[in-house]
Amino acid sequence: MAQSLDQYVAEYENARRTRSIEQPAWLVRARSDALNRFRALGFPTTRDEEWRFTSVAPIAECAFALGDEAATDTGRSEVDRFRLPGNLSAEVVFVNGRYIPALSTFSTLPAGTSIESLASALASRGDEIEPHLTRLASFQRQAFTALNTAFLADGVWIHIPPRVIVENPIHVLFISSSSGGLATMSHPRVLAVIGQGSQASIVESHAGADDAAYFTNAVTEIMLGENAALDHYKVQQESPQAYHVGALHVVAHRSANCTSHSISLGGSLVRNDVVAVLDGEGAECTLNGLYLADGQRLVDNHTTIDHAQPHCGSREVYKGVLADRARGVFNGKIIVRPDAQKTDAKQTNRALLLSEDAQVNTKPQLEIFANDVKCTHGAAVGQLDDEAVFYLRSRGLAESEARRLLIHAFAADVLSRIKLESIRTGAERVLQQRLARVLTAAA
Amino acid sequence: MLRIRNLHARVAGREILRGVDLSMDPGDVHAIMGPNGSGKSTLARVLAGHPEYEVTAGEVFFDGQDVLSMDPETRARAGMFMAFQYPVELPGVNNAYFLKAALNALRTHRGEEELDAMDFMALVRDRMKQLGIDETLLNRPVNEGFSGGEKKRNEIFQMAVLEPRLGILDETDSGLDIDALKIVAHGVNAMRSPDRAFLLITHYQRLLDYVVPDVVHVLSDGRIVRSGGKELAFELEEKGYGWLEEPVG
Repeated sequence: MAQSLDQYVAEYENARRTRSIEQPAWLVRARSDALNRFRALGFPTTRDEEWRFTSVAPIAECAFALGDEAATDTGRSEVDRFRLPGNLSAEVVFVNGRYIPALSTFSTLPAGTSIESLASALASRGDEIEPHLTRLASFQRQAFTALNTAFLADGVWIHIPPRVIVENPIHVLFISSSSGGLATMSHPRVLAVIGQGSQASIVESHAGADDAAYFTNAVTEIMLGENAALDHYKVQQESPQAYHVGALHVVAHRSANCTSHSISLGGSLVRNDVVAVLDGEGAECTLNGLYLADGQRLVDNHTTIDHAQPHCGSREVYKGVLADRARGVFNGKIIVRPDAQKTDAKQTNRALLLSEDAQVNTKPQLEIFANDVKCTHGAAVGQLDDEAVFYLRSRGLAESEARRLLIHAFAADVLSRIKLESIRTGAERVLQQRLARVLTAAA
Repeated sequence: MLRIRNLHARVAGREILRGVDLSMDPGDVHAIMGPNGSGKSTLARVLAGHPEYEVTAGEVFFDGQDVLSMDPETRARAGMFMAFQYPVELPGVNNAYFLKAALNALRTHRGEEELDAMDFMALVRDRMKQLGIDETLLNRPVNEGFSGGEKKRNEIFQMAVLEPRLGILDETDSGLDIDALKIVAHGVNAMRSPDRAFLLITHYQRLLDYVVPDVVHVLSDGRIVRSGGKELAFELEEKGYGWLEEPVG
């Protein structure tokens, strides 16, 4: 293990030496503090409660390097198939964590709105960014966040001033690739500040070439001003060999409304963290999650909803489909702080196991310190209903078609809550493709 | 059309059917009556191919094809249809989508072209009108939140759309009020034709007031113990099933 940490230190030094643009002093210090913190923490092990069911040994034991030019050239060819159809405010494309201006597009944005590469924003107006960066995603306790911060170089900066409606979605596309047998890593950062009364949709896609082995370690921080509204979509379609660790931190101020959709369809070892802090009266959040895993893959979803103020509401539905020997983990924490009276929180978590060997570990975790609150949670793990399969077959549907239809039905309510049609139909298409493979393999 | 010979079947290790013999020709309507636990529903489910039921002896032929070697979908595609006693709720499965997929699976099997959305809707609207079914049902998930009567009517509606050659109704009449019963009966009568047969499994004689059978069979303890004309149903209604337990002849 010590050796693999040294590898990161060496890469860190490399990256530091080759940075051409002068970096703000506060950022240089944050990176260095984060690296030290990462070295002190080390990778989490299954003795750590937050990682009890998810061993990151495959990540810790592999030597990753920041992608070079050759790897980036390979990645460019993958971009087109992951583009989002329809009208977009912007499509900001990254390959192995580096911004690729030639592949990115921007439409005319409302006055005062910025969407740009984080690297260039840091170079030109670092002081605007400093008050926000690393404020929500603390690297004190989370090794992966520390690692991301140590390598913080690029990503996207989204700033929407007060009372602006950004109609079309902002697509941030992270493509990973490798070349010459070397596994690459990237540590992208998304930072969004949505002003008071403003509204936007941000789609964050993570994808890669089918055969590429790589490690994505993403961190997203989003601040929602008073009465702001945001739909965040994370579409994770990493390659079947990829490791993906991603954390989304959102803070919603008074009467703000945040919806997070997490659609996790790829990767071999995947950990998604969502942390939503409702930090103003009347703030609301919806967490909507769907994951699919087959083969030997593992998908871990950890969510935390922190009701810090009174009269906030949260709705959470996570559903998983697990086939073969795949494993799923769901941990849904809801914190209700002492002041957060009249909290209304509802959590549902369901998993569908398609084989005897698939398994899921699910844990709701309610920490309630206020007395006048409504908190409900429900978890269910089950298999396809044989009687339902028979019913469909008795009407002439082939067994695989019957199973496909029922699995799709299981996921239907999560999919139907996806407002962006291109995301919904895209997710449905990928889900159907994956299911076709799973069901053919099972037949 | 349907030939059942010496059919034995068990479920969960218990033998329920102990030698059923039955023959039906195209155009026939047969009723099977019998007390609870006599094996009526087991017979229906064995004919439909429910995987939980194990056939231990006997044979079943439909249009000369060996039914017992066919999986449930192949039976459906061959033209068999069972209306479930307890239709399954399928949350998230859209009724119209399901029915179109089923119909097109049957059509493809017969070498016919799949119906497109317009032709399908025209067919479905016609059948809904016949059965007095509200069109909003189409966009609801299959059977979810339906009342008992709505579920049964939905079964008959499916049958009217899929147009099987053999319709097996497993206690479709149970639990229906008289209006719903009339709708179900009307649905069956409208489909009666010289090349289509119906097997009505029922606990009560009442359905047979509206769908008049050619033959009534009495199933008891896994065997058909008596067969006769429709008057047999009246006899059963009057005397109950008790007298059947006594040795015949």
